[in-house]
Amino acid sequence: MRLLIIEDDRDSADYLVKAFREAGHVADHAADGEEGLALADGGDYDALIVDRMLPRRDGLSVIGALRDKGNQTPALILSALGQVDDRVKGLRAGGDDYLPKPYSFAELLARVEVLSRRRGGRGEEMTYRVGDLELDRLSHQVTRGAQEILLQPREFRLLEYLMKHAGQVVTRTMLLENVWDYHFDPQTNVIDVHVSRLRAKIDKGFERPLLHTVRGAGYMIRDGLR
Amino acid sequence: MTAFGKLIRTTAFRLTLVYLLLFALFAASLLGYFAWNTRRLITEQITATVNTEMGELIDHYQQGGLRRLTVEVENRALRPGSNLYLVSNPQGQGIAGNVASLGPGVMSRVGWSETFYQRLDDPGERNGDEHHAIVRVYELTNGFRVLVGRDVEERRRLFGVITAAARWSILVVIVLGVGGGIFVGRRVLRRIDAMTASTQRIMAGNLGERLPVGRSGDELDRLAGNLNVMLERIEALMGGLKEVSDNIAHDLKTPLTRLRNRCEAALASGSEAGHRAALEQTIEESDGLIRTFDALLMIARAESGQARDGMTKFDGAEVARGIHELYEPLAEDKGLALRVDAPVAMPLYGSRELIGQALANLVENAIKYGVPAPGSSQSEIVVAALADGERVFLSVADHGPGISEQDRRRVVERFVRLEASRTEPGSGLGLSLASAVATLHGGELRLEDNHPGLRAVLALPGRGPEPTLDDAERGNPRSGEHAGRAT
Repeated sequence: MRLLIIEDDRDSADYLVKAFREAGHVADHAADGEEGLALADGGDYDALIVDRMLPRRDGLSVIGALRDKGNQTPALILSALGQVDDRVKGLRAGGDDYLPKPYSFAELLARVEVLSRRRGGRGEEMTYRVGDLELDRLSHQVTRGAQEILLQPREFRLLEYLMKHAGQVVTRTMLLENVWDYHFDPQTNVIDVHVSRLRAKIDKGFERPLLHTVRGAGYMIRDGLR
Repeated sequence: MTAFGKLIRTTAFRLTLVYLLLFALFAASLLGYFAWNTRRLITEQITATVNTEMGELIDHYQQGGLRRLTVEVENRALRPGSNLYLVSNPQGQGIAGNVASLGPGVMSRVGWSETFYQRLDDPGERNGDEHHAIVRVYELTNGFRVLVGRDVEERRRLFGVITAAARWSILVVIVLGVGGGIFVGRRVLRRIDAMTASTQRIMAGNLGERLPVGRSGDELDRLAGNLNVMLERIEALMGGLKEVSDNIAHDLKTPLTRLRNRCEAALASGSEAGHRAALEQTIEESDGLIRTFDALLMIARAESGQARDGMTKFDGAEVARGIHELYEPLAEDKGLALRVDAPVAMPLYGSRELIGQALANLVENAIKYGVPAPGSSQSEIVVAALADGERVFLSVADHGPGISEQDRRRVVERFVRLEASRTEPGSGLGLSLASAVATLHGGELRLEDNHPGLRAVLALPGRGPEPTLDDAERGNPRSGEHAGRAT
């Protein structure tokens, strides 16, 4: 995917451009708000990574200007301001996701990949399928092969989110945000416990595991053969 | 400023002067009124006497003519301590009586007048010591005139006595007043000076110093007492601040030191695997540091009341159920039962995110430290959302060892971790954050005894504070218009 990184700190920008290229993406860089707005408006990007505080034009104002022009390119805001109200302001200004600094690249990559595929993704499908695992969003039924799997409501939502982003890495904080609607960073491994319970229900007793742990990043559901 | 300058600037002294002035005015007016009335009474008496005698003399004149009048006048004039009498002919020459001289033109004015005079029988008092009298002149039919008068010395003397009394009393009032003012002023000044000296020592850094408090219980003592309580509070706060900064230094420097040591050791080892392990540990350690910083910042924001932007209406029971649901599997893994008791909606206004995090911190604490003693019958941790009409109580109760009474205040402070919890990972900020969040929402964090165990309660105002928070957010002082508007 094509990304635009609008970040004034040279070192961070270089690191991000290099890391995204290594992950197989194309990343352009703009060093201030005006340049970033011009590039974002002209180029066809899959996602924007916008620093909150930029010279010449504030990050939120860049996104606001783009949205005013009808440009809906997904934007992730990076900010040293990590508080709840800053996140609210960022999302109100038209940002699609918000990541406080310092962040891990794995987290940023996972979020940007999810963001860029949001457009035209599988959001509207009524049934998600991964291998022989099937999830019906209307009847809330989950089956693997011929076997029906009974899930608690929250386990269902966890699996639904994982399957919606099948083949993509989903981090623990993304799960906490999207399944539980909290943005704090739990000090214990609460999410891991939930995932391992879910894994026990959908993978145990089956030959091919579908729910994988991605070391240092999070989880991914995918058909092992694909 | 000189000592006297200081003294006359004291409130006590100035008040004394004002009272003094008022008192002197009062005394002067009282004496003035007294003098004026006395004078009027004496004058009335004199005129009455003169009128009576004049009437009698006129009677004599009418019955016996001028001759009988002069005989009568001569008779009366000879009596000791008598009044003044004078009969004059049409040329103005005296023909009978006891008056040697009068003020010029007195005899030519018919009616009342006041004049100096000299008596015929009183030659010793010639040299300037004049007497005064009130006189009445009556014109007889043939140009002769008769004068009757009475000395006013008595009146003058009395008046003199009163004036002297007034002078003395005013002098005494002034002396006593100024003296009293100086006495009271110096007394107050001495105490204020003692307080000022103490204050200066306190300002110079001696926070243990206290203001002197007398035993009289007067306003100065009460003021000094209150100031001492305030100083106590400030000293406690300063102590707390120092403890916090010491703790911050300790809790941030320890992981930084660990981090540095590991890097050094890895560099020295030179093995690929060693480098990798050191880097992974470095990332883990810095994540912990970032979490600590985030928590510190969030506490600071909550304490300063800045985190008001994300405030909305939300259901406290939903938060309790959500947090229970999030932590239930983790508790079960640790062999604890986590139960929720939040049957009905608890409308709250504020930050669902912050309240959720505060409750999560309490649950994490309960799971970490609320492990009951072996063999205990109760092992449940209960997350509850209850209300008493005004307040909503989001609570987490465990049956662990609990927190002793004297430690309860302390554990809420930043970085304070009880000895028992040192072995568990954690920043020592969980309860501080929960407390700051409760304060931000106009509530408080209560730590209670759960017999046995700890019951941590976020006591929050129900929907009460919504309009004011709404206003604060909008900067709009009028609450009525927007109270119902959803944010």
